[in-house]
Amino acid sequence: MADYSWPDASRRNLIGKRISRIDGPEKASGKAKYTQDLKRPGMLYGKLVTSPHAHAKVISVDTSAAEKMTGVKAVKLIEVPKDEVQWEGQPVAAVVATEEHLAEDAARAVKVTYELLPHLVREDDIAKAGDRAKEPNEGTDGDPDQGFKQAEVVTEGFYSIPVIAHCCLESHGSVTEWEGEDHLNLWLSTQAVSASAQGIATPLKIPQTNVHVHQDHIGGGFGSKFGPDLWDVQGALLAKMTGKPVKMMLDRASELMFAGSRPSTFAKVKVGAKKDGTILAWDSLSWGTGGLQGAGNPPIPYIWKIPNHHKHTPVSTNMGASRAWRAPNHPQACYITNSALEDLAADLKMDPLDLFLKNIALCDRADLYREEFLKAAEIIDWKKKWHQRGDDTSGHIKKGLGLSLHTWGGRGHASECRITINPDSSVSVELASQDLGTGTRTVINIVAADSLGLPLNAVKVNVGDSKYPVSGGSGGSTTVGGVSASTRRAAVDALEALFKQVAPALNADPGNLEAVGGKIRVKGDPAKSLSWKQACAKLGVTPISVTAQNKAGKDELTNSGVGGVQMAEVTVDTETGIVRIENMVAVQDAGYLINLKTAESQVYGAMIMGISYALYEEKVMDEATGRLLNPNMEFYKLAGIMDVGKLHVHMMAGPDQEKRGVIGLGEPPVVSPGAAIGNAVANAIGVRVPGLPLTPDRVLAALEKKGVVS
Amino acid sequence: MAKSRDPETKPRKGLSRRAFLSRSTGLAVSTPILASVGLAAPAAAAADVKILGPGKVPITLQINGKPYNLRVEPRVTLLDALRNNLDFTGAKRVCDRAACGSCTVLMDGKAVYACAVLAIEGQGKQITTIESLSSESKLHPVQAAFVQHDAQQCGFCTPGFVMACKALLDKNPNPSINQIREGLGGNLCRCGTYAGIRQVVMTAGKAMKGGQANG
Amino acid sequence: MRAFEYASPTTKEQAVALLGNKWGDTEVLAGGMDLLSTMKDYLTEPKRLVNLKDIKELAGISSEASTGLRIGALVTLQELLENETVRKEYPALFQAAEGITSPQMRNLGTVGGDLCQRPRCWYFRNGMGLLAQDSSGKSLIVDGENKYHAILGNSGPAYFVNSSSLAPSLIALDAKIRVFGPKGAREVPAAKFYVIPKSNEEREYALKPNELVTDIVIPSAAGIRNATYEVRQKEALDWPLAAASVSLKMSGRKVTSARVVLGHVAPVPWPAPDADKFLAGKTISEQVAKEAGAAAVTGAKALSQNGYKIQLARTAVKRAILRAAEGKV
Repeated sequence: MADYSWPDASRRNLIGKRISRIDGPEKASGKAKYTQDLKRPGMLYGKLVTSPHAHAKVISVDTSAAEKMTGVKAVKLIEVPKDEVQWEGQPVAAVVATEEHLAEDAARAVKVTYELLPHLVREDDIAKAGDRAKEPNEGTDGDPDQGFKQAEVVTEGFYSIPVIAHCCLESHGSVTEWEGEDHLNLWLSTQAVSASAQGIATPLKIPQTNVHVHQDHIGGGFGSKFGPDLWDVQGALLAKMTGKPVKMMLDRASELMFAGSRPSTFAKVKVGAKKDGTILAWDSLSWGTGGLQGAGNPPIPYIWKIPNHHKHTPVSTNMGASRAWRAPNHPQACYITNSALEDLAADLKMDPLDLFLKNIALCDRADLYREEFLKAAEIIDWKKKWHQRGDDTSGHIKKGLGLSLHTWGGRGHASECRITINPDSSVSVELASQDLGTGTRTVINIVAADSLGLPLNAVKVNVGDSKYPVSGGSGGSTTVGGVSASTRRAAVDALEALFKQVAPALNADPGNLEAVGGKIRVKGDPAKSLSWKQACAKLGVTPISVTAQNKAGKDELTNSGVGGVQMAEVTVDTETGIVRIENMVAVQDAGYLINLKTAESQVYGAMIMGISYALYEEKVMDEATGRLLNPNMEFYKLAGIMDVGKLHVHMMAGPDQEKRGVIGLGEPPVVSPGAAIGNAVANAIGVRVPGLPLTPDRVLAALEKKGVVS
Repeated sequence: MAKSRDPETKPRKGLSRRAFLSRSTGLAVSTPILASVGLAAPAAAAADVKILGPGKVPITLQINGKPYNLRVEPRVTLLDALRNNLDFTGAKRVCDRAACGSCTVLMDGKAVYACAVLAIEGQGKQITTIESLSSESKLHPVQAAFVQHDAQQCGFCTPGFVMACKALLDKNPNPSINQIREGLGGNLCRCGTYAGIRQVVMTAGKAMKGGQANG
Repeated sequence: MRAFEYASPTTKEQAVALLGNKWGDTEVLAGGMDLLSTMKDYLTEPKRLVNLKDIKELAGISSEASTGLRIGALVTLQELLENETVRKEYPALFQAAEGITSPQMRNLGTVGGDLCQRPRCWYFRNGMGLLAQDSSGKSLIVDGENKYHAILGNSGPAYFVNSSSLAPSLIALDAKIRVFGPKGAREVPAAKFYVIPKSNEEREYALKPNELVTDIVIPSAAGIRNATYEVRQKEALDWPLAAASVSLKMSGRKVTSARVVLGHVAPVPWPAPDADKFLAGKTISEQVAKEAGAAAVTGAKALSQNGYKIQLARTAVKRAILRAAEGKV
């Protein structure tokens, strides 16, 4: 039985080190080709005709003018269910033309008449939602009533976190090109190469084996790019109609309107505790929207297993539908829970770090969280810097500290990997996976090379093609576990096969060989060895080609469940309400780390994305017109390089982590920043700002309520 | 909530959308959309000013030291000409409204948003795109530093950031933290690579001062 | 963007001859930083674009002994920032330009373009008209999403804020804007350059469709303390929520006369004569600056969501005064 287990520090050269991403040079030199960059011979450009209304009946569509326009090759209606558009931006027709601006001219020339219907696009006041408020999800854990009876202090609060967008820099879209009647080439900006073949085959009514999905690079997904979308299907249909390849990429406004958003959550919370800080009971009434379908059910209270009663009401609104946004439901639940607990600490006049540590047993993996909190506190110098709520130093710049904790699953997904060792000594690794920018290619390369005792560049990694063995979509932080486990198994199997072939030449038992430093050698007798090249030459003309799997579910190579904590130090200008991040610390576990460098990058990136939603991001909907007022990057604001302060990442390491196996990391660190920063602001200014993003209007309103505006 | 049910526009008789079948027009007309723009001829003072377009006009762009002849409508931006008419796809179209920096190229050595320049305006300027910075075998120090510090994730903003960094360091190889922040204030990243990018400028600045720059 | 014909005149006379006399028929292209965006968003669909960049006389910064500093309309923000006289003598202008934080924007964006950019009102930018009214003529802004809208000069029908970064400082410095049209040149005090439009078809500046801004002339500010302070949430690529430019004539530590102008708070840059009066005869202190800030927003009226901007405007004035008094750039 082969030993697939992960090598410990003494038996590895690449795994766990800081390795630069292998596609870094390609990206940094501008040579990396994304879907948006592709040009195929004779390619046409597609544009969507979209609804300017949030809810309306489509009365008529007149395509005649558009059809006659220069360069226009086809105009096509898109079936709208019940002829009702349900959000601004919903596509009603599509056009293709020889040049992009001609397609835009034609799209504008398609005349659509609508009959307006009532809409709802704002959910901040649930009383106004009427019958758009859906059946609530309600539950009780433990005995909160008893807890509230025993409570000596009850803290009440209101917290909100708005609908935000993914705002991928590469918009959603595809290039489609038919080969013959029923074979389709699909270049797609997707997080799920393997699944996209079926995703487009079904609506096109062709066998999925007739679809060839390609993707070298993707310009951001964050959960919004699984499988082909309606516009990709329309692109394929237009490609069919015209006999030409079609590029159909969303424009920025569409990207922000309907290509993905994160549901909002508004919550009224009551927490009961003893005066010594023992948390006893939780009650929350929350609601939120993610578009027509309502919204997910954020796990409130988050992590803390407090006896509780919780009720969440999804509100259906006429907005583009939500999609998984990096750690779906967690940032909202985390923000609401940890804000309420920090408010409790303030009422108790307790350091929230002490409150959290006192109650840490309410969390699974309590010891880990305790260790992480203490580490983060040491890095940010919490005990020295923390003060009671409200920085009472003079002047208008107030400093504050805040904290939060988070969790995520992240077990490896199903993945199949094929490794081929060629007689010429070259090695290729193939998976129909994808690299979202998380460093997946590099992780595969590291695992394969280290397992084979080779340097990184001796192995060629191939992903992003549906003809390779099936691998899962990159969601739920499942990729690193999935691909590293399948690659490890394939590499070990391939090596065993190679050992068998070369054992006679080394006059040794195959089981007594090892691959180290580019050599196949006899264990305990390193002088007896063949170079990798010599070893491969023994294959004659037949390569070794091995396919191995990681099955979803429990195994020894991957695991589920990471925990992390974050602390933020902010300054708030109480005359302007402007919040600045001074320092932020993330302490994060992630099991067995394959590449420390890209792992840390995930955490840095998540903190920055978190700072962005904590301070700037919201989709601003106008109730009167039903429209999104900021479908552009000027007013859908993202944090810039000047806005993020000093960041510190500490990865939990050591044998305890290593023995857990590989666990995904892309999502968890994006969960905490909203809560940590919101808590730091409350600590600085002495009052809770009840909603994200922490914009000057909200901060000043909170200060005014407290009566401290200068 | 909007309460109106009044149709914004009356349905046109006989124009039910169901009556329209999807179809290809297969048209091959090549007349410009605007045969005439419908403006009065300019007053005599401008009689000898050439009026170009609205159809395609021939232009020449000097890109990375080489001339490129192309035919574009005056409305085509430099960015779209680089990407669609030529094959310089390093500069990316993201916001398309001069608000994100992903399309940054250099024009006469200065960083500009290619989405905010018309191709026709780019004539007579030296346009430098990211494609010119590296050779097959050697990255520009800025690019090498992006790799070294892992200052890129999805990489879509990276070419714009690389060009902005180059423009900054060409002018000032030893920028202060504040100058770094200001010099890169015109670019945005979504994956969150700023921590690495700050380090890039410091490392690359040193390398460029050391005469290793080839760009 | 709709197709257009394109001309690059080399004289201002030619340029004017190429312009139509109806807004939107023709547009002038300078840096293009805002114009191209408004064209891509179909806020204007000119049939002809007149590129000014080949007109040499619109470029350059020069000192004119009699009138002060002349800044060509095509001077880029970067050129402005690199000019020693601007930095030393007109810190209010320098600091206003510094607030435009993107190097790419500074390299292309021009002084004339900054003055003539269209409002950033998100209703306007989404094609709902300059005044953002529904079909019955009711403002969408008053009961809508108005957190970035006007707190002064907001009795209607316009509620957007003027977006120019430079205009408040130019007004505080008593600059004049030179305009050229079919009837020749004229000079408009910067304070009179902006108007509150009454209809969607009007523009918010006092130009005719066939006129150009050619230069800005600022009288010498030797001995005049001046400064600008902007309140912006993000450090870069963000619009100020409120800004103030001030110029202070001093006699020793005492203000003899003051000019305070607010930006981003009204449909036009908003002079604050109450603050000017208050400051006259005062010695600058934190308290005086604060009270001047309060005086500057006399008459401010919050819409449903923008009351906080009154506080920001007060703060901007206070900080601009203190900065001016410090005399540091």
